[in-house]
Parts: sequence; C-alpha cells; structure tokens
Amino acid sequence: MWLFRFAWKNMWRNRQRTAITMAAIFFAVILSVAASSLKEGIFDNLVKNVVSFYTGYIQIHKKGYWDEQVLDNSFSPDKELEQKILQQKNIVSLAPRLESFALVSSGNITKGSMVVGIDPKGEDRITSLRSKLISGNYIENNDHAVLLSQGLAERLKLKARDTIILIGQGYHGTTAAGKYSIKGIVKFGSPELNDRSLFMPLPLAQDMYGAGDNITSFVLSLHHPSELEATSSLIRSAIGNEYEVMTWGEISPDIKQHIETDSKNMRVVHWILYLLISFGILGTLLMMMVERKFEMGMLVAVGMKKIKLAALLTIESIFTVLCGCILGIILSIPLVFYLNVHPLRIGGETAKAYERFGFEAVFPASTAAFNFIYQGIIVLIIGLVLSLYPMYKAFRLNPVKAMKK
Amino acid sequence: MNNTVIDAHNISKVYNPETIPVYAINNVHLHLEKGEFTALVGPSGSGKTTLLNLIGGLDKPDNGNIFINGIDITRLSANELINFRLHNIGFVFQSFNLIPVLTARENVEFIMLLQRIKKRNRENRITQLFKQIGLEDRINSRPAYLSGGQQQRVAVARALASKPQFVLADEPTANLDSKSASNLLDIMDKLNKEEGMTFIFSTHDPRVIERARRVITLVDGRISSDTAVVETSIPHHINS
Repeated sequence: MWLFRFAWKNMWRNRQRTAITMAAIFFAVILSVAASSLKEGIFDNLVKNVVSFYTGYIQIHKKGYWDEQVLDNSFSPDKELEQKILQQKNIVSLAPRLESFALVSSGNITKGSMVVGIDPKGEDRITSLRSKLISGNYIENNDHAVLLSQGLAERLKLKARDTIILIGQGYHGTTAAGKYSIKGIVKFGSPELNDRSLFMPLPLAQDMYGAGDNITSFVLSLHHPSELEATSSLIRSAIGNEYEVMTWGEISPDIKQHIETDSKNMRVVHWILYLLISFGILGTLLMMMVERKFEMGMLVAVGMKKIKLAALLTIESIFTVLCGCILGIILSIPLVFYLNVHPLRIGGETAKAYERFGFEAVFPASTAAFNFIYQGIIVLIIGLVLSLYPMYKAFRLNPVKAMKK
Repeated sequence: MNNTVIDAHNISKVYNPETIPVYAINNVHLHLEKGEFTALVGPSGSGKTTLLNLIGGLDKPDNGNIFINGIDITRLSANELINFRLHNIGFVFQSFNLIPVLTARENVEFIMLLQRIKKRNRENRITQLFKQIGLEDRINSRPAYLSGGQQQRVAVARALASKPQFVLADEPTANLDSKSASNLLDIMDKLNKEEGMTFIFSTHDPRVIERARRVITLVDGRISSDTAVVETSIPHHINS
C-alpha cells in the first residue's frame, strides 16, 4: 500500500510535467472518444436510415424477385410461412409489402412513383412511418387513401386531402388504375425516397394491381441487429429454397461497402491519434527517467529491490495515464451527448455524396458506453505498454553509474 | 569475541582492463572493527569513493574478497547484495539525497518499510532517531523546507533506521557550512561513542579528519597511510 502512496506522491513531484502528460492523454482521450462516437454514430445512423427508411434489417421475397422486381414474382403468404419466420427468437415483427411502380397524376402534372402497399400498423413498427408524417393523418388498413412523400407532393403541387390518379401495370399484365385521396404527407431524410414514394394500405394496393392476396416481400425488424447474419441463416433454413432471404447489406451493398471503407479510414485516424498519445507519454517518461536517475540509483543503493522500483515506476505511469483517461472520459461525455443532440451537419460535395446514397448528411455521435470504455482501455493499454520502458531501465539500473555526477 | 565488521583482502578495481588499465583500487587490504570512526582521505581520483562503493556492496572488485560480518559479499548476486545492503549498511551521501516528495519522517520510515518492519516498531524507532538527531520539531517537514544541515541529519537518521552494521558516508559535510558540519559531526560522534555505531567517511574536510579516530589515506588506489588517533589527539601510526 505504501508503494501506491509513494507513487501518488511521486506523480505530483513535478506538477507541470504531470499536468502536461495528463493534458496530452486527456485531449487524446477526448479526441479518440469523440472520433469513435462520431464514427459509430454515423454508421449506426446510416444503418438505421437504410433499415428504417426502406429495407428493414431482413427482407424475404419469392426466389428470383430481387433480380427481376416485377409483380409477377410476388407470392401469396400463408400463416405457416409467417409462423416459421416469427419462431426465430431475434425477430421483433414482420410487415408485408406489395411494391410496384405507377404514374401519379394530378391536373396536367404526371410523375413516376414507387407505390408501396403496406400493413400500416406493421410498417410503422418497423420503419416508424407514422413519425414521418408532417401533415394530414396516418392511413388505416381499410382506408381508400394514400400517403404521399413530401417531395413528390411538392412536384405534383398537392397537399393532404387533395386527390391523385394512379395508373400502371398490374399483376400478369393487367391495367392498374385508381383515384385516391391523399390522407397525409410524409417526409423522408433520404431525398431519393422523399421524391418518389407513395404508400397505400395493402388491400387497396392488391386491389389496384389485381394481385389477389399476393405480396412482394416481408420486411423484418430484429431485437439484436448484431446477430443479423445468424438470424438470416436460421430463417433461410426454416423457410426453404422457395424464398430468398436478404439482409440490408445485400439489399444495399453500395452502402455497406461505403460503411466498411469509411470504417477503415477512421481506423487510420485512430491509429494516428494513438501514435500521438504514445509519443506524448513516452516523452514524459524519458524526461522523468533522466531527471530521477540519481534518485533511482540512491534507492537501489539503500536497499530497494529493482522489482519494487520497477513496480513503483509502473504504478506512477498507470496513475498518470488513468487520471488523464478518467478526466478525458468524464469531459467527453457531455461533448458526445451534445454532438448526439446537435448532430454535425455537413454541406458541399460530401453532403451531395451522402444524398446520392439517399441519406441526409447529418452525423449524430453515438452515446454507447462501449465507445468511452473501449477508448479509455486502449489509452490505458498504451500507457501500460510504454511503462515497460521505465521498468526495463529499472531492471538494468547500475546504482554506481546512476549516481555518478 | 570477533569484532571485525569489514575485512577486505587484496582488492583491486580496474577500469579499461583491455585497453589502458586504470587501477582505481590497487591491491588494498582493509580491516575495520566495530565502533570505529574512520576517515578515508586522499586527493581527488585517489579511489576513496570507489573503495566506499566496494565495501558498500555497490560495486564488485576485479580481484580480492570483501567480508562483512564474515560474509563474502563479492560472491553475492545483485539481488542478494541489495538485500544485504538494506539490512547491513547505512548510506549517507554528499548531497543528502532525501526523497523530495516525502517528509523527513517518511524518508526515514521508507527504509523500514523496505525491511517490512511492523508499524509500532517503526514508530518507536522514528521517535528515537529524531530525538537523537535533534529534529523532533521538523519531523513532518519536507526536505525543501529543511536546511542543508537538517537534511543531512535526516539522511543520517535514514542510514541508521535499518540498524546497520556500519554507516558509509561519502563526503557528508561537503555541502554544509561550518556550524551545520559541526552539528552533524557531534551527532555522529555521539552515536559512535554511545551506541558503538561504526562510521566510515570519505572526506577532504579537515573538520571531519580532525574528529576521526582513524585516518586512512589513499593515493593512486593504494593505502599510503593508516593512522589511529588516540583520545589525547596524538596520532598513533598503525602502518604505512
């Protein structure tokens, strides 16, 4: 115990040097935590965007639908299939969709639109569609009305309670057409979805397209997104080869690749940060070793075992790194929470690039405790590894040479 | 009863043995008994500090053996030597070398903590030592708040804390003014006379030489004279 007290006192023998080291660690931890939280936040947000805007975590289609996305590749869902899917523990809920294309017309303006027949309640559970409502009301399953995305409504110069006409090709080449009132306007962060989406109750869509009780997909949400791959494999083996089971990464491979590439770039930034921290700590350790060489020689001369001296120096290093880490983590908490509540918004070419992927260029920081703990532990490990140097010097110390002036 | 504390036979220390050999210590025989108050004197480079390092177990001779209380310390491993020093030898350095972050009490206690002495025994010893050095009122001061003389007295207390066989003091008065040096010598003299503590100094200081009861003069790594001083202050030649 006295060794710990001695180390604590030693840590403060040169307050300025300790303060500089701690400040280096402190700022490094803040930067590291902020960078990590932003990285996680950005990617979580991207995945959440992908999942909640459209794809869900997993989709189930009739085999071949993804290669040829036409109504003729739809399927009739039965209760047995639904049960097999819902039996998987990680599944929270399931929502059916019938997706197709139609021309939307109002007055003399006509635009192409993605028409999605949905189970309003089931869809809301997975993609929180109701929360995207900016005017009017959310649709019910038996409504003869649609939800229009804000961008499409603006292009058609329409608002809630106006009327639209849809015309397109139905199941097996029939003509699909209908006149519907707009019950509400929904707004998406993704410009792609915001400019061309139209949602209608599933029975209405099935009726318009003459598709009977067919659907094109089941969209699933998960309890634990981290178990995505395992869950998709389980579903695949449960429902057989007649269907294709796709994860969001398979549905949007470009976004997955973007996340992976960005993740690698961020890793490089982190390594540079860790390198800077390492040099900061090592510099101080070297100064400390030179400054206290005589004293260390004296300690060994009067009978302090080298292993004890090494332990003392290691405890000092750990204390310094630990204090810097704890202070850094404590101060990074409000910063990260601020960046979560007030996310970074970028403009220019980068923003356009994000919009091309269909997302808002908004970067909220992740507040997951993991980021704070993980970064703190990494910096602590760096400190521990670097404290091997004073340990090594302590074991090599020759008291006569050390005390030579 | 055998009172021999240090018995060094034929010890030599050579630097640069393969290029231009320099004999820091050349074939020295030294015999010190319990209760001696001995000064090692000689010009700079004569080998005083090297000899102190050798008999203090900080360095090993290239030739010869050093027996301390009958133990040949030249045969001990580095770790055994550290442990041996902790329990048998007290050190006082020229520039005090107290640990600046510890108080006077903690500096003295430090040695006993290394020895794993129980708290109660430590407390008793600390009280006794600070009484002996006359610094009871400065026991909780840090070295920075003590004068040079006071620091050196604490260093003496630290050297005595482990109840060593002898104390090696490397130019203990070199950084002290006359009054402080005199005080320090009084304390060491008293400890020597009343408790029989053995002191060996390396020094240039005539004040120390004057108080020593044996003066060993080194020249070029050899003992050129070894003089015992009787209580009447008339020098008595042992050998030369």
